[in-house]
Amino acid sequence: MTSLLKNKKVRDITLQVSFVGSIVLLLCVFFITAKTNLDAQGITSGFGFLDRATGWQINFSLIEYGSSSTYFTAIKVGIINSLFVGFISLILATLLGFTIGAMRTSGNGMAELIGAIFVEIFRNIPLLLQLFFWYALLISLPNPKATQLVFDSVALTGRGVFIPGLNITSQAALMAASVATMLIGIMCWVKITRRFNSVSFDLQKTLLRVIPVIGLVAVAAIIFLGRIPDTSLVNVPYLKGLNYKEGIRISPELLACIIAISIYGASYIAEIIRAGFNAVGKGQSEAGYALGLSRWHIFTRIRLPLAIRIVMPTMINQYVWLFKATTIGIAVGFVDFFMVISTSINQSGQTLELIGILMGVFLAINYSIAWLLNRVNDAIKLQGTQLRI
Amino acid sequence: MQSHSLTSATVEHIRKRYFSTLTNSIISVLFSVLMLWVVWNLLDWALFSAVFGAENKHACESAVGACWSVIGARWRLILFGLYPYEEHWRSAIACLVIVIVTILSCVPIFWSAKRITGLWISGFVTFYVLMSGGYFGLTAIPELNWGGLSLTIFIFASVAIIGMPLAIVFALLRRSELPLVAKTMGLVIDTIRSLPLLSIMFTFAIVLPFVLPEWLIGEKLYRVIFGYSLFFACYQAEIIRGGIQALPAGQEDAAKALGMGYWHRVGYIILPQAFRNALPPTINQFVITFKETSLVVIVGFFDVIASGNAAFGTSDWSFAHIEVYAFIALIFFVFVFSLSRYGAYLERRLGVVNH
Repeated sequence: MTSLLKNKKVRDITLQVSFVGSIVLLLCVFFITAKTNLDAQGITSGFGFLDRATGWQINFSLIEYGSSSTYFTAIKVGIINSLFVGFISLILATLLGFTIGAMRTSGNGMAELIGAIFVEIFRNIPLLLQLFFWYALLISLPNPKATQLVFDSVALTGRGVFIPGLNITSQAALMAASVATMLIGIMCWVKITRRFNSVSFDLQKTLLRVIPVIGLVAVAAIIFLGRIPDTSLVNVPYLKGLNYKEGIRISPELLACIIAISIYGASYIAEIIRAGFNAVGKGQSEAGYALGLSRWHIFTRIRLPLAIRIVMPTMINQYVWLFKATTIGIAVGFVDFFMVISTSINQSGQTLELIGILMGVFLAINYSIAWLLNRVNDAIKLQGTQLRI
Repeated sequence: MQSHSLTSATVEHIRKRYFSTLTNSIISVLFSVLMLWVVWNLLDWALFSAVFGAENKHACESAVGACWSVIGARWRLILFGLYPYEEHWRSAIACLVIVIVTILSCVPIFWSAKRITGLWISGFVTFYVLMSGGYFGLTAIPELNWGGLSLTIFIFASVAIIGMPLAIVFALLRRSELPLVAKTMGLVIDTIRSLPLLSIMFTFAIVLPFVLPEWLIGEKLYRVIFGYSLFFACYQAEIIRGGIQALPAGQEDAAKALGMGYWHRVGYIILPQAFRNALPPTINQFVITFKETSLVVIVGFFDVIASGNAAFGTSDWSFAHIEVYAFIALIFFVFVFSLSRYGAYLERRLGVVNH
């Protein structure tokens, strides 16, 4: 027996088996206990509950949802809401972060100071506290009755911000949005990937001119065809009784989430961008000056492209983080994916299945974000001999 | 002559930084005006038009600026939560102990495994004994009544103390030569890292009682702390692994050649150097951990943000949320800012030593 233990091979196999075995055992204990507990409560396990009606309302939904909708629809609403907030916050955070990051490396003392103050304030206060702050600020805006339209179109009230909307069906809106996103994606693809370097420069230029025109025409056509009959195309909110009617209402919960996540994310992204700009060698911009390029050209054609390539891997992590941060919506009552799951657990008791769905969806989304951005990174990164920063 | 050249150097510096070109000058002036406007409005709100020390809300209602009286009236609630009023001094001293321990662990004298462990464990035990009482004639106060800043600090310190050893174990297991162990650990770490912290806390607070045998369930607070520690350990393990991978391979080979066993190699050669490499990101991780402790509000704990919400929750001060949030933000800012500045200083200093 002791001689067996002294054999390295035997020892290694025993160790590995016992390590994996103990983890599997732990999971089995969890599973069996859960099963007995759930059986005692008379809850049947399995995913059959997804077809049952939920019986509760969701205050913000991009697809059709009512209290008689199924759990499956509720979860779908949650995922779409999370993606929606995540997507908007991601874009805003990137734009703001880039601006602040560029300000901090601009060489102008005043711009650098303001950028530094912004980053230090918003990076050093917990996201949750910032969310509470913006939410409290938004719901303490005046009552709708006490407000007036700004620029005849926007109303800032404690019950939400009202903006003009289009009288089109939701399918048409979704289609127009996806067509627009797709075309912007194609444009970036044409511009960024090297595959088009073999195509003549003129063709590339023509493509970049034609695509936006096609896009605008397509979006306009969809909007025109998807009009709700007998209404004007644009509806502007107006005060009726105690609240605004028509237009699009952006709830304080949604707006607070977007503002908080964008600003907090931007302060991190700004630091990443700053590090990226600083990592671009000084010789690069000096060479640009020597060639007589303007400051703007040196920024857009030399420093920015190099910086983007440097920061891309870090940004991927930041985006994955940003998406995970959308779960704090539950703190102010924004119905995101996490809130749908936790409410479903309370209501239906299907704990294990719902936690499984939660984990599965987050893994899937995070891995897809990482996969997509890694592809972008592979497409744009400097290769081989180009790498002389 | 000396002063003259100094002033001209300053003028030259200002000209170069702020007014080197026409665009630069315009930007500088615009930004200066913007900043002056913001700063003036902020100062006006926070100081000039603010109300201090008013007894009740009526004095504040007419004021344009901030109403700091709410802090004067409610600061004990914000800092100490539901902790019994006569015993607040214990909570205060306990927090102070952890703050001192944190400051001391920034001093290089304490940077050895034994000293830092001893420091943190003794600090933590002091904190716990002071807070929970039951010894030395202190009245016993159950965890249920802890709240405010001391609860935040308690959760943070526990996570640090449980999470750090766990992280080392995770990192070593992930680097294990046994493929099955390394793969499994990698899977566990990557899975936990791709989940949001909130879902981990939620799972441990609300779901775990379902799946655990009864004798293992324990207090909700400790389950959440354990879950958070696990989450922290997965992130920290990757940082430590990065530190280990940055070591030249020769280090471990030399140790092997000297006939050192695994534990000696890890304990005396690998980990001390790995921690040195990983110091800046580790401090960063602590900063993030402290900030994210605030998420426990959502799973129902009365930490400093929840007690802040309670401070303006009653009708007396219901209008004063901005002041309360500003106060809490200031508390967090002081802790987080100083820690992150220290991290940046350390990074610069280590950078100088390395090159």
